[in-house]
Amino acid sequence: MTEQTDAPKSHLKVVLTSLAVVVAMVLFVFYVLRPMYYLICEWTGITGSTFETAEAQPFEVQTDRPIRVQFLATNNATMSWQFRPVQTEVIAHPGELIQVSYYAKNASRRDMVAQAVPSLTPFEATNYFLKTECFCFNQQPLASGEDTEMGLVFQIDPDLPDWVKTITLTYSLFDVTTASGTARLDK
Amino acid sequence: MTTTTHDHHDDHAHHGPAKGLARWLFSTNHKDIGTLYLWFSFAMFFLGGVFAMVIRAELFQPGLQLVEPAFFNQMTTMHGLVMVFGAVMPAFVGLANWMIPLMIGAPDMALPRMNNLSFWILPFAFAMLASTLFMEGGAPNFGWTFYAPLSTTYAPPSVTFFIFAVHIMGASSIMGAINVIATIINMRAPGMTWMKLPLFVWTWLITAFLLIAVMPVLAGVVTMMLMDIHFGTAFFDAAGGGSPVLFQHVFWFFGHPEVYIMILPAFGVVSAIIPAFSRKKLFGYSSMVYATASIAFLSFIVWAHHMFTVGIPFAGELFFMIATMLIAVPTGVKVFNWVTTMFRGSLTFETPMLFSIAFVVLFTIGGFSGLMLAVAPADFQYHDTYFVVAHFHYVLVPGAVFSIMAAAYYWLPKWSGRMYNETLGKTHFWLSFVGVNVTFFPQHFIGLAGMPRRIPDYAVQFADFNMVSSIGAFLFGASQLLFLFIVIHTIVAGKKAKAKPWDGAEGLEWTVPSPAPFHTFDTPPKVD
Amino acid sequence: MPSKLLKGGVALFAVLLSAVTQADWTLNMPQGVTDISDQVYSLHMLTFWVCVGIGVVVFGVMFYSIIKHRRSKGAVADNFHESTAVELAWTLIPAAIIVYIGIQAFPVLKNMYDFEDSELTVEIVGYQWKWRYTYLSDDPTQQVSYFSNLATPAEQIRNRTDKGENYLLEVDEPLVLPVGSKVRFVLTAADVIHSWWVPQLGVKKDAIPGIVNESWTIINEPGIYRGQCTELCGKDHGFMPVVVQALPQAEFDEWMAGKKEEAAKLAELTQKDWTYDELMEVGESVYQKNCASCHQANGEGLPPTFPALKDSPIATGDVMAHIDIVVNGSAQNPAMAAFGPQLSEVDLAAVITYERNAWGNDTGDMVTPVDILNYNAGQ
Repeated sequence: MTEQTDAPKSHLKVVLTSLAVVVAMVLFVFYVLRPMYYLICEWTGITGSTFETAEAQPFEVQTDRPIRVQFLATNNATMSWQFRPVQTEVIAHPGELIQVSYYAKNASRRDMVAQAVPSLTPFEATNYFLKTECFCFNQQPLASGEDTEMGLVFQIDPDLPDWVKTITLTYSLFDVTTASGTARLDK
Repeated sequence: MTTTTHDHHDDHAHHGPAKGLARWLFSTNHKDIGTLYLWFSFAMFFLGGVFAMVIRAELFQPGLQLVEPAFFNQMTTMHGLVMVFGAVMPAFVGLANWMIPLMIGAPDMALPRMNNLSFWILPFAFAMLASTLFMEGGAPNFGWTFYAPLSTTYAPPSVTFFIFAVHIMGASSIMGAINVIATIINMRAPGMTWMKLPLFVWTWLITAFLLIAVMPVLAGVVTMMLMDIHFGTAFFDAAGGGSPVLFQHVFWFFGHPEVYIMILPAFGVVSAIIPAFSRKKLFGYSSMVYATASIAFLSFIVWAHHMFTVGIPFAGELFFMIATMLIAVPTGVKVFNWVTTMFRGSLTFETPMLFSIAFVVLFTIGGFSGLMLAVAPADFQYHDTYFVVAHFHYVLVPGAVFSIMAAAYYWLPKWSGRMYNETLGKTHFWLSFVGVNVTFFPQHFIGLAGMPRRIPDYAVQFADFNMVSSIGAFLFGASQLLFLFIVIHTIVAGKKAKAKPWDGAEGLEWTVPSPAPFHTFDTPPKVD
Repeated sequence: MPSKLLKGGVALFAVLLSAVTQADWTLNMPQGVTDISDQVYSLHMLTFWVCVGIGVVVFGVMFYSIIKHRRSKGAVADNFHESTAVELAWTLIPAAIIVYIGIQAFPVLKNMYDFEDSELTVEIVGYQWKWRYTYLSDDPTQQVSYFSNLATPAEQIRNRTDKGENYLLEVDEPLVLPVGSKVRFVLTAADVIHSWWVPQLGVKKDAIPGIVNESWTIINEPGIYRGQCTELCGKDHGFMPVVVQALPQAEFDEWMAGKKEEAAKLAELTQKDWTYDELMEVGESVYQKNCASCHQANGEGLPPTFPALKDSPIATGDVMAHIDIVVNGSAQNPAMAAFGPQLSEVDLAAVITYERNAWGNDTGDMVTPVDILNYNAGQ
């Protein structure tokens, strides 16, 4: 750096590099930060939210290890359906394939579509709670006045950490009637 | 190099400033743009201050007296946004514009036209933001942290204008940052090596890197909001497979470095002023540089300490707790260095020094409460209470804002060619100092006693300290009118200032006359 | 000018001092009534004293310099400006202190994250602006669930009457918990993010729509413990308190039995023959709890988000459309929740009757609980 006059050329380099950083950071938000969040959620099980279909596994059933599984239903404030678990609690043994169901009724005067969002505690159990069938995998349409029992079939992986004795599973029900045309975001 | 003289009045290559409004609208001169930034930030400081006064007036007593809860939320939101993006950040950009070329011996900023643009889009952004107050449904009411879904599904219609305003502010900050980086990298005078840079230049360089790294993240997060609100995506909506928690992660990935963006240049200012009035070289210059860089680095890996109650796994809590507490180490180094600089110096206490000493003491108190907040189990009790409000106001008001005031008093002679009135300056200092502490210190107590933040009305047991806090706020607010008076009085009627009004001051900026001529360092000075 | 300001300040302080004779100058965090809150308190005090210690040393040196090394006392500046040893020391010592605090915090945090072996699980759901508590049971018919609303009357908030002792910290129905047994909370929200906090229990956790969080407590002493929502959740964020009443186990069991009986009685009430006056009376109280914060007590609302009910096309028009929007919410405006899942048939019928006849709406219409039952059955 001996003379000032030839500076503009090097400014361009700095500006372009900086702009590249700016663009990279915008892309980072959309294509790294966001997927990374879901990846970390998936690894650790935080948010307890999985929409993945699991294959039923031929686990050996640990009959001496009862796990209490509690079921809860929460309507989003704008969701008017009657929505409740048919069984509020079951005792599950790791390896067992268990079926439970939720009751839903659309008592409103319009046809509606719902999406149930699962969430489970403790988070550490998320990846050991295998849903082979779940109404949360799909949106649920119900015509006005229609009701239904929606099934959930699950299996607990025997590798579930020993300290977990109770699992609580909540479904939050959202009205997606207007949004049901739009596709889910890919994670 | 052919010449090393600073005397460039006989340089005929440049014209003086244009006349009238055109001088300001089309200015590409770093000093004029710096002045514009500083006045703009001063105006926003008063606007954000008015919002703060409304908040403190409503909180003067329990019960709803002056404003409705819905409007109260608009006030807290607008106060935060205007103070962060309108007052503190532009003030530092203004200081950078004025001082960086003078400090490194450059004739101007590297990209003068972009400099003009980055300033002149700001008034539009804030006009748009302020106009939301008059819209149907009111201004943004979801807090400056605008957590989804309150800011998406449940937001007032004005949220779209808020998003565009944030985009413009972001663009302005990014342009400003690129300009600072290009200037510092390319335009240093011969002999101005990296480890000779004044610390203000160093801290600003690191701040500029933080800006270009995180302002795009902010732009990204508001763009996601925009798409959720208008284009049917579900980035933050659980119903569509998104997550409201994702919003918080992305926001704080921007938000935590952002708080260092607001404090690193303040460290630079104080590191210039304390040695000047101690008449002693800054202690531990190189450790100051490294400490600043470490703080900047750490700021990227501590964001989730804002989210301890959100439901972070145990290991995450532990990591973010330790990483956050580690920030205390480089920050501590800075404080120890300032104190040691004063130790066995030859101290005088002009207004800039008073503000700087207050900065060190009160910023450190804010740092202490920061350390307490970092302790995850205890944070469960502190989080989202007035303890947090007290904490970040301690680091931002007697922190960032006091450093800006110190800088204004310190360099005003250079900018205007005139000295401020020392008695008035000291009066302003003492009123502000008392006001700020009376306002914010009791907020520690009401927070610990259990008062949540962002509420328009509170239980009766918080009444007394709230009243004290409001009185302090009115005092602090009113004393800023004195500051405005002092600045205007200096410009119109101050005594003429010498080129170097402070006998202990060092740096190239003092080698040019006061006021600094329109063009300086057309011929680079030589630094040994 | 400055002297004027000073005088003003002094005058204000004088007013202040006379105004606060009944002062409550609580300075510190409560120690609380759980082991966790006690441990958190100790941790808080530890870091506090560490900070005080560092502050005394640093500010001590600083003020020593300010007093001794001022030029007016003839101080001449030294010229030392670095010392690797000193700089290394004040990097390593604070780092060691931090490690020490971290070690102290570790077991407390670990303990907070031990959710297992609870004897009772309560689901807490945040709504704008109230809480719903559900006591989980293996028998769906035995599950007790209710809302907890702010009980402070608007007259106190609007300064028309004196404020009560527990102003803004009182609810119509508190969360009742047994003393001495481990209670687990699972938290979620129905609209925006809320946060459930009781300082005396040392429990604060966010309630997030679509995600369930957990927390736990063992209350050591019977009593009433008050807290608030701590996450900005919209207009009435400041008006959704949390009240926990801790009872000895026997009294808790008694309360629980009573609660279950109440639920059984509710079914009878639905079938009872309701008069217009009875419905209006119940309707008014339901309206005050659930509707008035948005539509206002006078029915004039806060347009555009919260429209007026007085003279509104819905409240004075077709009864079915009115039932529909109250039960199912608004598809256009998320601020209008679906109250079907939140209120009983009696409450729904009463509040609709009230809205159709209050504030001069005077339609003369009466909606009975059976009408709501029929509506839900699709008739």
